[in-house]
Amino acid sequence: MDGLMSSGAYADTWWWPFLMILVAGWLATDVWRWLGVFAGGRLREDGELLIWVRCVATALVAGLISKLILFPQGILAETPMWLRLAATVFGFTAFLISRQRVVVGVLVAEAFLLVGWTALDLF
Amino acid sequence: MSSPNGASEKQSEQSEAISSRKWFARGARAAISIPAFILTAAFVGYAGLARETGLTLLETLAMTGFIWALPSVVVLTGALSSGMGIVPAGIAVALASVRLMPMTMALMPIIKVQGKTKNWQLLIASHFVAVTAWVYAMKHLPELPREARLPFFVGFGSSISTFVFVLTGIAYLLVERLPDVVAGALFLLTPVYFLCSLWGAARLNADKAAMVAGLVLGPVFFISLPGLDLLWTGLMGGTLAYLATRIWRRGLS
Repeated sequence: MDGLMSSGAYADTWWWPFLMILVAGWLATDVWRWLGVFAGGRLREDGELLIWVRCVATALVAGLISKLILFPQGILAETPMWLRLAATVFGFTAFLISRQRVVVGVLVAEAFLLVGWTALDLF
Repeated sequence: MSSPNGASEKQSEQSEAISSRKWFARGARAAISIPAFILTAAFVGYAGLARETGLTLLETLAMTGFIWALPSVVVLTGALSSGMGIVPAGIAVALASVRLMPMTMALMPIIKVQGKTKNWQLLIASHFVAVTAWVYAMKHLPELPREARLPFFVGFGSSISTFVFVLTGIAYLLVERLPDVVAGALFLLTPVYFLCSLWGAARLNADKAAMVAGLVLGPVFFISLPGLDLLWTGLMGGTLAYLATRIWRRGLS
């Protein structure tokens, strides 16, 4: 059963990471895209079903967004949650005010984060 | 093919091939854009993470090219470094990638020419479905003539992924360790960029309602149902948003 539940004896071979990338990475990701092609082929562009599918896709991506902000990975996890939230809110507001220019939103959020982070480090 | 229209058919096929190529090139040109730079910056941040985790250059590039969806790439990196087997790692990655199915489904009726587009063409194009290209496609493809949409999307997607692939490799080689502040800033880039562009791509009230529902439910399900959280967020949030806006649109019929 080596390899199935844990990398076990294969961990040190050169090919093991690539087998993982092909099976647990490529196949596990692209299978959803392929299923989407077949399931989406029957949808009508103006149908109610498509509106629902779009809602599900949009809510999924939105869920991912708030996860990345509230429970980030890596070094960003060390910043306080309120700072990340405030930076995002400021950025999004700037995006709306600037007639929906994505660059403005991103730059304002980043500037807020960097200024806040430096200020917290100083005190 | 002895029909009297043979000649003109051939001609129209030829002009179509030329225009497909033209739309592919236009898509590739449209890819030189702010979203592409933001995505590249996010992958540069990932290259730093991969190197710290102990992945080789070749492994990092294989992940970028084969998986092409940053959250799933990050999940598999964690799985590789912790010595997981193929089964649990595959399940973890599959759960992180479920969103690609409804995203691809929603794109199909826009990109497809009924009775003409082949399934293999769509299967190839679907590899480029990831948040950046999807958001762009949902917003801009409906403005293009129907025949132009598939070649434009493939041109857009393939040139962004090539660009990101090359720069991820360069970043891996050049940057030994990113300064903390830079790494943190790169990690915030992705969600803020997704947030703004997803709002920009929302065409209906239902889309916006779904976005708000997803933002709120995401953390709730992450705490209560970790692992399956994104799936539940999508199904519950999306259905609630759909029903609420449907009642608002046409009453309780």
